[in-house]
Amino acid sequence: MAAVKFMLNGKAQSVDTAPAMPLLWVLRDTLGMTGTKFGCGMALCGACTVHLNGQPVRACITPISTVAGKTVTTIEGLSPDSSHPVQLAWVEADVPQCGYCQSGQIMTAAALLAKKAQPTDADIDEAMRGNICRCGTYDGIRQAIHRAAAMQRQGGAK
Amino acid sequence: MNRRSFLRTTAAAAGGLFVGFQIPRVEAAATTPIKLNAFVHVGSDDNVTLFIHKAEMGQGTVTSLSMLLAEELECDWKKIRTEFPGVDREFGPNQGVVGSQSIRSSWESLRRAGATAREMLIGAAAQQWGVDRAQCRAENNSVVNTSTNARLSFGSLAEAAAKQTAPANIALKDPANFRLIGKSTKRLDTPSKVNGQASFGIDVRLPNMQYAVIARCPVFGGKVASFDATKAKAVPGVKSVVQVPSGIAVVADNTWSAVEGRRALTVQWNEGPIGSVNTPAITKSFADSMQQPGAVGRKEGDAATALSGAAKKVEAVYEVPYLAHAPMEPLNCVADVRADRCEVWASTQGQSSARAEAARITGLKLESVQVYTKYMGGGFGRRARADYIGEAVEVSKATGVPVKLTWTREDDMQQDWYRPASYSHFTAGLDAEGWPVAWATRIACAPFGGIRDGLSRTGVEGVSDIPYAIPNILVDYHAVDPGIPVSYWRSVGYSQNTFFAESFLDELAAAGGKDPVELRRRLLANSPRLLAALNLAADKAGWGKPLPAGRGRGVALSNNIGSNTVQIAEVSVDRGKVKVHRVVCAVDCGHVVNPWGVEQQIQSGIVFGLSAALKGGITINRGRVEQGNFDRYDVLRIDEMPKVEVHIVPSQAAPGGIGEASTPGIAPAVCNAIFAVTGKRIRKLPLKSAELA
Repeated sequence: MAAVKFMLNGKAQSVDTAPAMPLLWVLRDTLGMTGTKFGCGMALCGACTVHLNGQPVRACITPISTVAGKTVTTIEGLSPDSSHPVQLAWVEADVPQCGYCQSGQIMTAAALLAKKAQPTDADIDEAMRGNICRCGTYDGIRQAIHRAAAMQRQGGAK
Repeated sequence: MNRRSFLRTTAAAAGGLFVGFQIPRVEAAATTPIKLNAFVHVGSDDNVTLFIHKAEMGQGTVTSLSMLLAEELECDWKKIRTEFPGVDREFGPNQGVVGSQSIRSSWESLRRAGATAREMLIGAAAQQWGVDRAQCRAENNSVVNTSTNARLSFGSLAEAAAKQTAPANIALKDPANFRLIGKSTKRLDTPSKVNGQASFGIDVRLPNMQYAVIARCPVFGGKVASFDATKAKAVPGVKSVVQVPSGIAVVADNTWSAVEGRRALTVQWNEGPIGSVNTPAITKSFADSMQQPGAVGRKEGDAATALSGAAKKVEAVYEVPYLAHAPMEPLNCVADVRADRCEVWASTQGQSSARAEAARITGLKLESVQVYTKYMGGGFGRRARADYIGEAVEVSKATGVPVKLTWTREDDMQQDWYRPASYSHFTAGLDAEGWPVAWATRIACAPFGGIRDGLSRTGVEGVSDIPYAIPNILVDYHAVDPGIPVSYWRSVGYSQNTFFAESFLDELAAAGGKDPVELRRRLLANSPRLLAALNLAADKAGWGKPLPAGRGRGVALSNNIGSNTVQIAEVSVDRGKVKVHRVVCAVDCGHVVNPWGVEQQIQSGIVFGLSAALKGGITINRGRVEQGNFDRYDVLRIDEMPKVEVHIVPSQAAPGGIGEASTPGIAPAVCNAIFAVTGKRIRKLPLKSAELA
């Protein structure tokens, strides 16, 4: 097993695990970063969404070997103090219920806003339909994304 | 070591050493808060810690129970932090969250606990000032001397207050003076749920902990005949393979290695008696039972005679499938079994039953077992069972190390305790004017929640207690048990029976030439609260007013968990595809603690019920569940979310429940709307596009 080196939330990281081990379990079990959640293991629910070189990916099907030399951002690294516009908007709209899917929802939403500063409802549907919420917070998620977009436009935090 | 010091030391160890343990909303207290009673601790730094003896699965208990305590305590909302205590008799004989009971069972007791702590703080202040306590009142985390306007902070009074005895018979506030209860309040747990810090059961990590998965027989009730662990043990990271009562546990130094090890395991199963059961055979066994009378769930008047004399007869058969709970956080549990004690960390709806299960397996006294409550990533009734807790305890006991047991999504979906499949036959009679005069329902499903004289109350609830004034009613029941494990699923029997009853009532309206709302109004003439909710929903939804072409409205009502809801759904059907555009829900749940919480739960219950109505179905083949993940057991997605409007009926009545209030009504509201727009009656769920194309 050769060590895999990558950037994790702005810091150099090296892990020595089986190359096929998914990033999700490296984060959760090897590194103890439990903000990224396990939901399905098959990229069907979005709970494990992280950013890989800025793109949203499902960590549960991303072998650690494919992460070598790349940049990973997890919910813990989205902002140092919950000040990312998406996080601020999530708090304002009081989105979560059980909260388990919300790390993945927030990471997917942040990636959407990085690509589209002013997403339409159709853009939100397309970007977010891969993220399941069993509590049904979808209305709050939609409102919060629009709110975060407005914050970004007004040059709010970050 | 006495029990108190055991609790204190383990709690301190958990807070100090373990990564990922409960993160309070605000930074940890600088000093140990002083206990005023089981629910209220006050620190000399003026922070107030509220102990939430229930559990949080999204339903908002952390916030709403804090509101009850804080209302009487007169503390500063910004200075509170919350904690889940362990299991303790001072929190009642059965700690847990089932049946939407949290507010109902705490409404009086937690306000009283807040008032008692307040009176102790007042007593301490009065003593310090040397004045009569009547001269003091509490306000904003302080006690005020009303003659001098002097103030003492709660923090400065805490130590002396702990030595005070609270006066008996403290009068609780007049609701007119509530400053928190009844006001929409943001959730206390939100900040920790937007940055990955909220700690769920699956996030617990202990020193030297190992990770386990269990291979279980794919057929319910099957047992291990033999197994070969050679290849499993050769998988890198696998530490051990042990047999436990539910199967073979593979234990590794991470979850993924444990799953890989399980993949490499060879197990011969003795499948047991239901290895040939399948869904068509189950449906046939239900249908066959319909010929004979069953155990009576309700009998009023003489339905048979009234039916034979009716001007018009309406008959229909309804059926629904098994359903999985599929909470987003797959089941898991961390257990650490030692010779003299056992500790369990779990996202569970049943802390007391979890503790009892751990005690049973370890042979330890209850006092030597502690259960630490973690946030649940959804529960929906599944986490009321202690099976997964017991498994983790078994594996830790067998391996001698702390273990985190994780169920994969496939384990979760294929080894659930399902919402039972159910089958029902309805007959009703209308008089010459088209009004119902007789109603007879026969239901077949597996018994759950206990059976008495052949009757499963939960199997008939939602039909046996319909609130409609129909003079002749007969509801009977057959316990037909195909051997698939069944249990509580959000809203329990109402989840299927309200669909049956409210759809069939809609059939009666159509057969009698009545408007569905008009028919309900007439039959609810003597039920003022339901009638008020119906009228509010009809008004807000614009019932009877024109709709865009291709849209229809459907109405349905439910009265479960002590609350009434009326839903009106607006639906269109395009080439067989159902789109739910809008749902108006009027809810009367008695005195509301947190209106925002009510709104969240109504939305949540609707999404849960709509997922099941549109997509949900567990089918059985050769004694096995055919679905394993969200590809074949899909749920509602954001692009399918209707606009939900919640209207609360103002009420001073005792609080009802809310977590399960809106789940039953959404399926019949949608199906009745489909009838309105297409003329097709849906009698079987989930909706299949083929039926509507």
